[in-house]
Amino acid sequence: MINIEKHWYDVVVIGAGGAGLRAAIEARLAGKKVAIISKSLFGKAHTVMAEGGAAAAMGNVNPNDNWMVHFRDTMRGGKFLNNYRMAELHAKEAPERIWELETYGALFDRTKDGKISQRNFGGHEYPRLAHVGDRTGLELIRTLQQKIVSLQQEDKAQHGAYDARLRVFAECTITELLLDETGGQKRIAGAFGYHRESGEFVLFEAPAVVLATGGVGRSYKVTSNSWEYTGDGHALALRAGAKLINMEFLQFHPTGMVWPPSVRGILVTESVRGDGGILKNSEGKRFMFEYVPDVFRKQYAETPEEADRWYTDPDNNRRPPELLPRDEVARAINSEVKAGRGTKAGGVYLDIASRRPAAEILKKLPSMYHQFKELADVDITAQPMEVGPTCHYVMGGVEVDPDTASAGVLGLYAAGEVSGGMHGSNRLGGNSLSDLLVFGKRAGEYAASYTDTLAKRPKVNDKQVAVAVEEALTPLARDGGENPYTLQSDLQDVMGDLVGIIRRKGELQESLSRLSELRERIRKVGATGGRRYNPGWHLALDLRNMLVVSECTAKAALEREESRGGHTREDFPKMDSKWRQVNLVCALTPTGEVDLTHQPIPTMTPDLLALFDKSELAKYMTDKELS
Amino acid sequence: MTVRQFKVWRGDAAGGQLNDYKVEVNEGEVVLDVIHRLQATQEPDLACRWNCKAGKCGSCSMEINGMPRLGCMTRMSTFEEDETITVTPLRTFPVIRDLVTDVSFNYQKAQEMPAFAPPADVAPGEYRMQQIDVERSQEFRKCIECFLCQNTCHVVRDHDENKPAFSGPRLFIRAAELDMHPLDARHDRKEIAQQSQGLGYCNITKCCTEVCPEHIKITDNAIIPMKERVVDRRYDPLVVFGRKILRRDQLAATAPAGPTVHAGPVTVADGQAPVDFGRELTPPQPAEVNPSGHVNLNEMLSDRAAAASPFGDDITFPVNPNSLNYYHPER
Repeated sequence: MINIEKHWYDVVVIGAGGAGLRAAIEARLAGKKVAIISKSLFGKAHTVMAEGGAAAAMGNVNPNDNWMVHFRDTMRGGKFLNNYRMAELHAKEAPERIWELETYGALFDRTKDGKISQRNFGGHEYPRLAHVGDRTGLELIRTLQQKIVSLQQEDKAQHGAYDARLRVFAECTITELLLDETGGQKRIAGAFGYHRESGEFVLFEAPAVVLATGGVGRSYKVTSNSWEYTGDGHALALRAGAKLINMEFLQFHPTGMVWPPSVRGILVTESVRGDGGILKNSEGKRFMFEYVPDVFRKQYAETPEEADRWYTDPDNNRRPPELLPRDEVARAINSEVKAGRGTKAGGVYLDIASRRPAAEILKKLPSMYHQFKELADVDITAQPMEVGPTCHYVMGGVEVDPDTASAGVLGLYAAGEVSGGMHGSNRLGGNSLSDLLVFGKRAGEYAASYTDTLAKRPKVNDKQVAVAVEEALTPLARDGGENPYTLQSDLQDVMGDLVGIIRRKGELQESLSRLSELRERIRKVGATGGRRYNPGWHLALDLRNMLVVSECTAKAALEREESRGGHTREDFPKMDSKWRQVNLVCALTPTGEVDLTHQPIPTMTPDLLALFDKSELAKYMTDKELS
Repeated sequence: MTVRQFKVWRGDAAGGQLNDYKVEVNEGEVVLDVIHRLQATQEPDLACRWNCKAGKCGSCSMEINGMPRLGCMTRMSTFEEDETITVTPLRTFPVIRDLVTDVSFNYQKAQEMPAFAPPADVAPGEYRMQQIDVERSQEFRKCIECFLCQNTCHVVRDHDENKPAFSGPRLFIRAAELDMHPLDARHDRKEIAQQSQGLGYCNITKCCTEVCPEHIKITDNAIIPMKERVVDRRYDPLVVFGRKILRRDQLAATAPAGPTVHAGPVTVADGQAPVDFGRELTPPQPAEVNPSGHVNLNEMLSDRAAAASPFGDDITFPVNPNSLNYYHPER
């Protein structure tokens, strides 16, 4: 007899990063009983890795900034593939979400007049990123974490227990969403998973689930993402009948560490470039001037002299090309390395040491300095860093309704990196922290109000639970199953080598056949040891999620025959206006295969369209659309 | 690439042992890399926490050759070529399995810490603070909650019995952070730290500062300023003693900040001893003397190490709350 711990909640939030915590706060404020489920300890979420800041058009540094400019920047960055309504809501609501954090106790860096300071960042027209040195993500997580504790204290005063209405289940993994299908309509009825510490199973009965599980980067070998990023939310949504969009768009951060090998993939924040850092190849040449694409030529400096003047006089000079959107910088570095002008470790140099005094670097980039010093024994105030592209963020994700964050299955919501559409084909730096606040709040709010509309709670189907239990136990029961670590490494090789930053038709086709071989092998994965805190078993269970998400990415990358944002096809190097009108949508067939379809993207409303120059729109849209 | 000798503790709450391993190590790697290689090649079920592998999340806390460290920030190049590296779980917290310990103590203490109190009359978006004022608190907000300071603090390291009364350095910097927050509406952070977090247990050995991977000056910038100001305000026995011998108590009284503990109406729960302000206090104890009436000069002859306690050697800490004239308002 298998023992299953049962809980009863109104809203279950899967994921305890920024989006999850913000959603939980909102649902709890709406009076709901809320569970937060976290694969790690509380407060360790990947959000802590975000360094640069949170983009919000508060206009504290440059009063010309407003939501319309932010909206424009976001659409440009996403190459107009964004869900325009999400981009609009995001730009409009981000400032309120940031100000709200101050009432929770956040301490952002300040301007001279005491307001929240804002910094420049790639793709943003004005200084827009609220920041705390270069540890903004940590500040955000800690603030939300402490707000949750403060709500728990209110509950303790009122109900006698800290977790009376809001409980964090740390080190707990959800393996399956449970559906009530009575009456022919699928509704969320709960979630099933296990406690990592004990290996015991746990069942949450809840009519609403918010997915806030983050991204998929663990399928890549060179990645800035932690082990948690195995695409759980993407896969759970697919299996529950929701759809993924834009999965071909992965952001490779242009500047991850490439040396020493133990810290390969760790990011060097873009603010190094925003604060004066420049990129040089192994010949010592500042090469970015040669890689400014036509669509951006007007906004970027043409000479080093003009670029250098911009740091102090941004109104009369154009920006340095090092601050181009991330995909452009990543591609430029890739081209330099391929042309044989890279470093031995396969990167290029990022130099701030020769351009700013040591004291200023220390002041502006304290954790960057600290990180390099401690991890690599490199002094960034004295020598250049070696950087190269790193898998960083997935733009694609669960298709959601822009206003409600509903994922198309009753009771299922998604927010943050796991949702798709907001960032289009490429995300601007700083837009992820504001994204997860804006849509985390919305997801929590609408999940809570959805539970109010229910006449009766959906019922958990015992058969589904039994299947989920068996699925979870199989790897442990299997004798001589394949080593999960080997399988993960093989999967990472396939994705890194064949579905990486620059893609080709032949390689993508090969990746699909190798992924289907892996699918068979993953069916036979085994785990040794028992159920108590067994990382081998945990990985064995995560593998099927990583695989299905990788298949979506590979299929969509093969289908989209153009280059746009985070998707670069060597055989189709140009952006194609016809492809801008299409979202690639992945769903699961009843047998569990990935099914890919085309879907027209929503048409932007005339008032938003009017925010752009006609000549700019012409770069992205077909003649028919323009007329 | 070289092969290095490792000893890793394996086991659970029931017990365990150090196992010997030979593991490949490449140039530029850290201890966590080696643990991962152990998992991938020899011990797939070796339990170890980690997340970011970049010194930013504070998950991979462990004891490496007895030193509390982050696995991801301990470079292999810092050891001798032929040195055996011993990796054990944090000692202060109960072991769950292998290198994973139950750190829920820290989360409980965080729950007991009164939260940030937003100023009532300032709307969101209207908060105004100067950089210089937020910087002091920002230092403490760098904390990645690796709990190495909690682990190394000798007040709780081998003294489980102190845990209920002592919140530890992590929470002291949280208290200091809120105390120094320019807009926090609560003004009793120091008193809370002294009265319910056990700040008084800390005797400033600075071990916490030493192990902090974020290099937060826990002792100098948080604990000492909190203690100094607490002493200013509180009815501290050492201060009383000082006042007596220096005859300060005969100087004109400058309105002393009274103890805040008895402020407000005290409600007494059923079945509890009533508050009796006339109760006889424990008399001060004379120093321990030998049969000839002299103080023992050799502590070998005494039944306890070091000097006599100023509170009396027959008092054990924490004291039984039933014998105190104080009821915690929240209990």
